[in-house]
Amino acid sequence: MAVLTRDETDALIAEVLEVYPEKAKKDRAKHLAVNDQSVEQSKKCITSNRKSLPGVMTIRGCAYAGSKGVVWGPIKDMIHISHGPVGCGQYSRAGRRNYYVGTTGVDSFGTMNFTSDFQEKDIVFGGDKKLAKLIEEIEGLFPLNKGISVQSECPIGLIGDDIEAVSKKASASFDKPVVPVRCEGFRGVSQSLGHHIANDAIRDWVLDKRDGQPHESTPYDVAIIGDYNIGGDAWATRILLEEMGLRVVAQWSGDGTLAEMMNTPKVKLNLLHCYRSMNYISRHMEEKYGIPYMEYNFFGPTKIIESLRKIAAFFDDSIKEKCEQVIARYQPMMDEIIAKYRPRLEGKKVMLYVGGLRPRHVIGAYEDLGMEVIGTGYEFGHNDDYDRTIKEMGDATLLYDDVTGFELEEFVKRLKPDMVGSGIKEKYIFQKMGIPLRQMHSWDYSGPYHGYDGFAIFARDMDIALANPVWHNMTPPWKKTSDAENEAIAA
Amino acid sequence: MAKLRQCAIYGKGGIGKSTTTQNLVAALAESGKKVMIVGCDPKADSTRLILHSKAQTTVMHLAAEAGSVEDLELEDVLSVGYGGIKCVESGGPEPGVGCAGRGVITAINFLEEEGAYDEDLDFVFYDVLGDVVCGGFAMPIRENKAQEIYIVCSGEMMAMYAANNISKGIVKYANSGGVRLAGLICNSRNTDREDELIEALAARLGTTMIHFVPRDNAVQHAEIRRMTVIEYDAKHKQADEYRALARKINDNTNFVIPTPIEMEELEELLMEFGIMEAEDETIIGKTAEELAAG
Repeated sequence: MAVLTRDETDALIAEVLEVYPEKAKKDRAKHLAVNDQSVEQSKKCITSNRKSLPGVMTIRGCAYAGSKGVVWGPIKDMIHISHGPVGCGQYSRAGRRNYYVGTTGVDSFGTMNFTSDFQEKDIVFGGDKKLAKLIEEIEGLFPLNKGISVQSECPIGLIGDDIEAVSKKASASFDKPVVPVRCEGFRGVSQSLGHHIANDAIRDWVLDKRDGQPHESTPYDVAIIGDYNIGGDAWATRILLEEMGLRVVAQWSGDGTLAEMMNTPKVKLNLLHCYRSMNYISRHMEEKYGIPYMEYNFFGPTKIIESLRKIAAFFDDSIKEKCEQVIARYQPMMDEIIAKYRPRLEGKKVMLYVGGLRPRHVIGAYEDLGMEVIGTGYEFGHNDDYDRTIKEMGDATLLYDDVTGFELEEFVKRLKPDMVGSGIKEKYIFQKMGIPLRQMHSWDYSGPYHGYDGFAIFARDMDIALANPVWHNMTPPWKKTSDAENEAIAA
Repeated sequence: MAKLRQCAIYGKGGIGKSTTTQNLVAALAESGKKVMIVGCDPKADSTRLILHSKAQTTVMHLAAEAGSVEDLELEDVLSVGYGGIKCVESGGPEPGVGCAGRGVITAINFLEEEGAYDEDLDFVFYDVLGDVVCGGFAMPIRENKAQEIYIVCSGEMMAMYAANNISKGIVKYANSGGVRLAGLICNSRNTDREDELIEALAARLGTTMIHFVPRDNAVQHAEIRRMTVIEYDAKHKQADEYRALARKINDNTNFVIPTPIEMEELEELLMEFGIMEAEDETIIGKTAEELAAG
C-alpha cells in the first residue's frame, strides 16, 4: 500500500517541480515517475543516465570514482595509482569499507593511497616521467604487489599524457600487469561510465592473461561478480555458495585478487550481484568464453532462497540437494530473527535513494521485516535498472532518478516515511528533520548485510535506528502542551 | 611617466612575429623607452635577438628545476639585453607532451605576482605562439593584461585567414574586457599589390595597416648574428623601417573592437586581388566522365 494514490503522487511530483524554471521543470519531470507495475519497459515512464542539471544538488560521483573507488580499488593485491593531483585519491581512500584479508602495506594495499601528486610543473611538462618513476618506486618499496593500475584523474585527459606507453614499458620491465585506465572524472554523466571504462580495462589488460594455461577445474566453479565486500558482504555470500557445494574461484572485486580475475574465464557460471557496475564484463565473458551469468539477490531470506534455488537449478542434483539443506539449516535462524523484529518493525515505511543495485535489491529484505519501501531511486542507474525495479515496487510508489537535494527533501516531507535509507550527505539532513536514516552505501559502518548472516545484522540495525529513544525527544519542552502541564500553569 | 602600455603580437605561425617584435622593441628602446618582452611560446625564441643567446632559460623550466613556480625569484627569470630591454620567456614542454597553454598561464601569473610590470616600464610586448589553440594562449589578452593587439600578416592567403580568425578571438575578449585591435603589421612577402591588399583587409576589420615592413636580407644577416637590425646595422634603411613602426605604435591611438568578416567576404577580397580564383560552381560533384560528356 502506497501512502498516496496514483493521482495524489502525480500531483505531488507536479507540486515539487513547480519551483523550477520551465526548462529545468521539463527536464526533471522525465526523471520522476509514479510506479506502475503493468509497465513492461521503464523507458515508457522514466528517463535515466542523463546529465544532471546545473544548479541542483546531485549526489552523483565521477568516472574516476566509478573506476578507482568501485571496480578496481578493492582488488587488494594490486596497487592502484591515483594519477593526478592528490585530492581525488586522498578523499576516496578507504571510503567504501571494502574489507579484505591480508597485511596492508606488505601483500595487500586496499586502504592505502598511492598518488602521483601532480604539481603545476607536471601539468605543463606532462606527468609521464613521474609516473614511470612512481611505478619504479612502488616496485622497490612494495615488491609483493601483483600488479598496478593507473587510475586517471581529470588533468591526465586534458593534457593528453600517454599513460598507455608508460604502462606497457613498465609492465615489460617488471614482468607484471600495469593497467592504464582512462577514467578521467569529467567523462560521462556519473560514476556509471567509470564502471564501464574499468570493466573494459579489465577486459583488455587482465582477463585473457591466463587463457590456454592449465587450470584444475571442477564442474562447480563459479565467480562472484559485483560484490565489493562492504562490511564483509562477499564473505557472507561466499559461505552460502560453498555450503551448497560450489567452488568460488573468484570474488569481483571485494577481497579479490588479480589472479582470481585471470582465472574467472575458467568458471562455469558467473554470479552477478551488482548488475550496474559489472554487467559489461559479465556479458563479455558470456560472448567470448560462453560463460553464462546469472543475476541474484542475497538481501533478506525471501530473495536469498529464491536466488539459491535459481543458482542450484543450473547445476546437478547434488547441488540442488545441498541447496535445500542450506535453506533448511538457516530457516530456524531466519524465523527467530523475523519473530523478534517483525512485530517491532511491521508497517514501517522506508524511502531509499542509493546507487548500484540497492534501490531494488534491498526491497525484499525490508519486506521480510514487514516494512514497505514507498519510494526509491538510483543515483546513476540506467533504464535496465528501472526495468528491474518496477516489479519490485508497489503500485503508485514513487520513483526518482538522480534526485536533487530539494526534491528528495520535499518528497520525504510529504510522504513522511518512518525511515530513509541513503548516504552520508543525506544522513544529517533527515535526522535533523526527525527521521531516522540508515546509510545504505556503507551500511552505516556496520554490515555485512548480504546473506543469512547479513540479514541478522540488517534487521538489528533497522530496529536500533527506529527504536532510538532520541526520536521521542524531538519536541522541545516549551512546545509541549500536555494537559498535565497546562494544569500546572493554571494552578 | 606615461601609463604602462601592454601590447600583444599575434599572427600566423612563421610570419615573423618574433623577429618583427624584437626589431620593433629594439627601436623603441633606442628612442629611450623602457620595454619588456614576454615570450609566450614553448619554443622560447622571442628574446634571442635581444639577448644574443640561443634560447633564454624559461620560467617553466626553472620552476620545474626548483620544484614549483613559488620557489622562483623574479631575478632568476628576468634577463636584461640590448637597450635595457627586460626579457622573460614563459617556456613550456616539448611538442607532444604536457600542456603548453597552462605554462603560459602559470608564467604570466608569476610575473604579475612578482611585480615584473613595474612602474618604470613604458611598454610590455607579449609575443604569442602562432595558433591560439587553447585558453592558455589567450592569457595575454585577458583582463588587466595586453590592451592593444597587433597582428602580423602578409599578403598570403593563410596569413590573412589567420588575421581574420584572431580578430574573432579579440571580439570575444573585447566584449568582456578592454582589449582592442590596434592595427595590422604587414611583414612583406613581396606579393603583388601586398600593401593595398592588407590595407583593404585592415579597413574591413575596422582598423589600419599600421606599417608596411618591406622584405630585406639585412634582417636575416642580423638574425644569424642573433641581433636585431637596429643593433647590427643601425644605419641600414631596414632599421629605419622598424624605427618608423616603433614611432607609429608609440603614437597610435586607433584602438578598435574589430569587425571580422565572413569567409565569403574574405574570399571575395582575395579574388579581387587575384590571389584566389573564382570557384566554378558547375564542376562541383561531377566526375571526369560527366564533365567530358557535358
